[in-house]
Amino acid sequence: MTSRKVEFWVGLFIVAGVFAFLALAFKVADAGAVGPSETYKLHAKFDNIGGLKVRSPVKVGGVVVGRVANIELDRTDYVPVVTMDMYAQYNDFAETSSLSILTAGLLGEQYLGLEPGFVETCDEGEEDCFETEILTDGGFIEDTKSALVLEELIGQFLFSQSDDS
Amino acid sequence: MNTEHFVQIENLTFKRDDRVIYDDISLTIPKGKVVAVMGPSGIGKTTLLRLIGGQLKPDAGRILFDGDDIAQISRKKLYEVRKKMSMLFQSGALFTEMSVHDNVAFPIREHTKLSEPLISAMVAMKLNAVGLRGAANLMPNELSGGMARRAALARAIALDPQLIMYDEPFVGQDPISMGVLIKLIRQLNDALGLTSIVVSHDLAEVMSIADYVYIMANKKVIGHGTPEQLANDSSPLVHQFMTGEADGPVPFHFQAKPFAEQLKEVLS
Amino acid sequence: MISQIGRSALQSINTSGRATLMLFFALFAWPKFIKNTPLVIKQIYVVGVQSLAIIVVSGLFIGMVLALQGYTILIDYGAENSLGPMVALALLRELGPVVTALLFAGRAGSALTAEIGLMKATEQLTSMEMMAVDPLKRVIAPRFWAGFYSMPILAFMFSAVGIYGGHLVGVEWLGVDAGNFWAVMQASVDLHDDVMNGFIKSVVFAFVVTWIAIFRGYDCVPTSEGISKATTQTVVHSSLAVLGLDFILTVFMFGE
Repeated sequence: MTSRKVEFWVGLFIVAGVFAFLALAFKVADAGAVGPSETYKLHAKFDNIGGLKVRSPVKVGGVVVGRVANIELDRTDYVPVVTMDMYAQYNDFAETSSLSILTAGLLGEQYLGLEPGFVETCDEGEEDCFETEILTDGGFIEDTKSALVLEELIGQFLFSQSDDS
Repeated sequence: MNTEHFVQIENLTFKRDDRVIYDDISLTIPKGKVVAVMGPSGIGKTTLLRLIGGQLKPDAGRILFDGDDIAQISRKKLYEVRKKMSMLFQSGALFTEMSVHDNVAFPIREHTKLSEPLISAMVAMKLNAVGLRGAANLMPNELSGGMARRAALARAIALDPQLIMYDEPFVGQDPISMGVLIKLIRQLNDALGLTSIVVSHDLAEVMSIADYVYIMANKKVIGHGTPEQLANDSSPLVHQFMTGEADGPVPFHFQAKPFAEQLKEVLS
Repeated sequence: MISQIGRSALQSINTSGRATLMLFFALFAWPKFIKNTPLVIKQIYVVGVQSLAIIVVSGLFIGMVLALQGYTILIDYGAENSLGPMVALALLRELGPVVTALLFAGRAGSALTAEIGLMKATEQLTSMEMMAVDPLKRVIAPRFWAGFYSMPILAFMFSAVGIYGGHLVGVEWLGVDAGNFWAVMQASVDLHDDVMNGFIKSVVFAFVVTWIAIFRGYDCVPTSEGISKATTQTVVHSSLAVLGLDFILTVFMFGE
């Protein structure tokens, strides 16, 4: 009967559709590399976040270790607070780590560059030693550098020029 | 339930937009008879069948089908009631993408859960009744007009309805097909105990099979009776219709202003 | 003049009301859903599988043209490595859903309108109704579902084939580095933002185009002139609806 043929083609059609979707999801969007679904959150305050966006990557030496999850304004001191989803396998950043907002190339997207801090451990009985803690879920990175704002840079440059003369 | 009056139309008024099609008419269709509704073209005889089938709603009056008021019952009940009636359309209205066999099997498959062999047997039986058992595997576009109408008739009787409505069954048929159809309508009616309503303007054919005839014109029923009674009717309207005169109480001209007046306008 | 505006406004309200009613009655056919599955499959064959050729071929060519045009512009800025994301994003976000919907309207939508219109003109729908079979459920609903399911699948295929076409031209012909092409694409295409939003778009378009197609057929004047007018209206109205809706959806999805 013809309906066999119809069923076969429709089946093939749907399989091909699913295949196309999987190709788009994994080959094109690289869903597999979005990273482990397990993440922990870190927060950081900036004076100015420039063009940073939700889902911008957090990189250490170019390797993506997390993504920006949320950006809001702290209502007490009115500075932006950035929340990051850090991949769970990179869970050993010291609290002395610093964050800066960098730009990929001259015109590229902005991302967060994370500079891991030194981990200082204290021997037992040692005095005047403050052990650095490892950042965990909900931790704050205190040392941050704001985005470079081109207008401010130019302003500073002109200002220093006029000082010199 | 009144078995005597299978379909009863009481004081029906129907308007399409502002144009009155039927003005307060009453008809009675007795059970087991072939009733013909005749009248000039364009007075909405097909509309009458659609009203009985519940596809159109009357503006006033009642249509009783086997005791149910068609216009008042719910959509669900209407579909139940429709299983008891069927209609043969002027074009046949066979489903073009199915073979003749599947066309006839369609209502059986839709309304019953019978097994395929049983359905095939029923279909063969119905097709045999109209003499098209050999055409079961043809597609509708391979049939002649007369054969298509017979196939449609087989489909109409597939579920053994109690009422069949024929919409202009004789239009555009050669004399042989016409003879076959006349024979089939009469035969099916008597053999299956059906009630038939034939809407037509083919005088001679209708007179030969109808048990009772209604003649309609000018939005009214202008005469009714058995064919013999009508042949001897004295009313000028009936007379005009029965003898086929061009002009009379049903005017030759479509409603217009006087011809002289229009000419004067055009020429001035 | 004023009364003419009023009349056409009333008419369009009336039309959309009838269209909504039709859809409502057609889709609340759940009890018959199991029985109708073979009908839906048959329609997916007619509507989806038979549209495959035009979708795949158009997708391939559009992907290739995008890569060629993009390359000639990007090379001036030394940014030819961005060719991958450019092709992929253009296809996933816009061209995939939109061009698929437009082609679908022309290929399958007009056929649906003509078929239903012809069934109406030859009294097939009326005779079905007289056989106590609701044509909305038997004829309209399976066709609606078939179109609704088919179009997102077609849109995925369109984008996938288009990106492959972009790869053919960009990498195989123009010599963009294959690793860069895919890696930069993977870095900038997001499953949720791009693939899923494109999917949502094509679902919305599928709904609208199929609805317009079946309604125009069901509501047409049952003459040959009426059917041809209805078919034209299907293509015109659904194309306009797709382009208009695309703007609105884009504003919501990507316009922040």
